[in-house]
Amino acid sequence: MTLLSVKDLHVSVDGKQILNGINLEIGEGEIHAVMGPNGSGKSTLSYVLSGREGYTVTKGEILFKGENVLEMEPNERAGAGIYLAFQYPVEIPGVSNLTFLKTAVNAVRNARGQEELDAINFLKYAREKGQILEMKDELLKRPVNVGFSGGEKKRNEIFQMAMLEPTLAILDETDSGLDIDALRIVSEGVNKLRSTERSMIVITHYQRLLDHIVPDFVHVLAQGKFVAEGGKELALELEKDGYAKFGIEDGAPQAA
Amino acid sequence: MTPPAETAPIFEEAAKREYEYGFITDIDSEFAPKGLNEDIVRFISGKKGEPEWLLEWRLTAYRHWLTMQEPKWAFVNYPNIDFQDAYYYAAPKNDENKPQSLDEVDPKLLETYEKLGIPLAEQAVLAGVAVDAVFDSVSVATTFKEKLTDAGVVFCPISEAVQTHPELVKKYLGTVIPYTDNFYASLNSAVFSDGTFVYVPKGVRCPMELSTYFRINAANTGQFERTLIVADEGSYVSYLEGCTAPMRDENQLHAAVVELIALGDAEIKYSTVQNWYPGDEEGKGGIYNFVTKRGVCRGNNSKISWTQVETGSAVTWKYPSCVLEGDNSVGEFYSVAITNNYQQADTGTKMIHVGKNTKSTIISKGISAGKGQNTYRGLVKALAGADQARNFTQCDSLLIGNECGAHTVPYIEVSNPATQVEHEATTSKISEDQLFYCQQRGLNAEEAVSLIVNGFCKEVLKELPMEFAVEAQKLLGVTLEGSVG
Ligand SMILES: Nc1ncnc2c1ncn2[C@@H]1O[C@H](COP(=O)(O)OP(=O)(O)OP(=O)(O)O)[C@@H](O)[C@H]1O
Ligand SMILES: [Mg+2]
Repeated sequence: MTLLSVKDLHVSVDGKQILNGINLEIGEGEIHAVMGPNGSGKSTLSYVLSGREGYTVTKGEILFKGENVLEMEPNERAGAGIYLAFQYPVEIPGVSNLTFLKTAVNAVRNARGQEELDAINFLKYAREKGQILEMKDELLKRPVNVGFSGGEKKRNEIFQMAMLEPTLAILDETDSGLDIDALRIVSEGVNKLRSTERSMIVITHYQRLLDHIVPDFVHVLAQGKFVAEGGKELALELEKDGYAKFGIEDGAPQAA
Repeated sequence: MTPPAETAPIFEEAAKREYEYGFITDIDSEFAPKGLNEDIVRFISGKKGEPEWLLEWRLTAYRHWLTMQEPKWAFVNYPNIDFQDAYYYAAPKNDENKPQSLDEVDPKLLETYEKLGIPLAEQAVLAGVAVDAVFDSVSVATTFKEKLTDAGVVFCPISEAVQTHPELVKKYLGTVIPYTDNFYASLNSAVFSDGTFVYVPKGVRCPMELSTYFRINAANTGQFERTLIVADEGSYVSYLEGCTAPMRDENQLHAAVVELIALGDAEIKYSTVQNWYPGDEEGKGGIYNFVTKRGVCRGNNSKISWTQVETGSAVTWKYPSCVLEGDNSVGEFYSVAITNNYQQADTGTKMIHVGKNTKSTIISKGISAGKGQNTYRGLVKALAGADQARNFTQCDSLLIGNECGAHTVPYIEVSNPATQVEHEATTSKISEDQLFYCQQRGLNAEEAVSLIVNGFCKEVLKELPMEFAVEAQKLLGVTLEGSVG
């Protein structure tokens, strides 16, 4: 069944057209990789899906579980099951990771008609999920992302994903900044979170992540449009030949 | 039946309502006539059966006040106050006028209590429900009182202390804040209605947070409160003024005076959560809060710590200060001041280093939303004899939206070259990044702001007594309601 359906999506930011007709169908349990040069619009796509302010949809539609997502607030989308692992996770000084997550977990549980977790059950749940990502206890107590290393921030994003149990997870360059061991732990974590009820959009520049998290489909984005689509072998081709094959010079975006 | 608890009908309305009582000079009456003159001062003193020395002190203060001008240096704006157009004495309203049960209380007020998680019995006290309708609270209060008496702690209304412990009151009253101190302090000295007196004897650690007791008793604060806390040598006391819940309050102008005295090796921790009516969204109504608070570390190794969370009032003018006389004495000031809609706050502290090796810490967190204006004004002063004095000041401002303002006005006066003064200041906005990050995790806009603001204030909130810290956190959220989209 189709979980996400994006049709002819056009998006502008500050009057600048960035996405120019995206079509994307994601079925339940599928993993879609999105690759493409810097500035091609990958993060923009993730923000539009999750409802960030300032991204104007000038044309097209997004349906999630058959519902028009464009009419939903970001937190309503989160409640409905859309999760974004940020390319640049945000710091929130003075708020411990655990406090933050307790508020978040209970907010989405409320939205999904589940009972809130009390302090004790929440801690148990956090421990359990923390083990999947080998999260150090100390990181759970520290303020959200404050002073975290680049790799710790990315790991924290996937830990939060484990806690919030989304049906559609968008991972925006989760692999960048991870060392070799962390890459393995995080991608193993992601694989453990794979299920028939959870679909993912994995945004990345590198095949090495896709060696771990093997995608069902690969889309190549350039200048706000998918210019090539295929199975997992497409990523290998890209790795070998670069973007030139798709008429994109040096990987740099071209002036519209 | 009076209407259910309007959070605070303004001064004038109260005045209008009570006009029917007209001029009454009879000492048994409930109201002093409108206006202020020596007879009124005598009337107030007479009502309380005060000794001659106190009446004289009030009169001297009054005569001095007549020579003074209302201060205008603070960064606040409000219409001129007509001090002759006010009542300076009104006996506590009797229970007939109060709501008889919670059913008669404004549902909006109850909703706020609900959000703060305040138990039903306390809701009733706070909303001003007639006391005999409030189960339990009276007996609970009595138990507390016994415990305090056993420890030798004096804790009572200052009017009662004048009768029962006149020597203590006479020895300390006005020694920290003289009646000449400033316009509002002089006015308070002349007409103070009542307030709290605390004396902790030598070597005694007060067996409980005085907050616990206070919260149950102090449903009604006076307009001109006067508080005097004395911690004798080697003693310790923690006191919490006010409530996290909005108070039913009938006065528009508040001019309180709080004096703290810590003798050798003593420690006083004074916490305030101020949540008076801030006025409506257009800035109408609301309380003017002009307070003078000062503590003196009189003995060596003594410590005074002020913690305040200021969320209410239309105008706040308030600088809890420490005079560090004793060697090695320590002064601390932790403050959160929040202004939303049209609220204005000009607040901060003064740390006066007199003794050797004295140390002060100032952590101030100002939050402005809506059209709120928030000013930190602080003075760090080291006198010539204050060898090795040290101060650390950190002032952080957080802005929510584009129409509010934050201002930092630090004054540093150092006469001793061996003084160390450190000052850090930051101004930040709640970033769109932070808001979106929280919302993407399922929080709505208000929950997101509240969480971010609580994080911003953490260093101060952790100084509050435990049970109040939790409520104060919720209160910040309630105060900022409607400040974002
Ligand atoms: N507020 C904005 N105003 C103008 N241009 C913007 C704005 N935000 C993004 N853009 C532009 O939109 C384009 C797409 O940005 P986006 O972040 O989606 O790229 P990306 O594919 O994620 O790149 P990267 O691989 O570097 O992360 C870029 O050219 C960027 O400069
Ligand atoms: Mg990007």
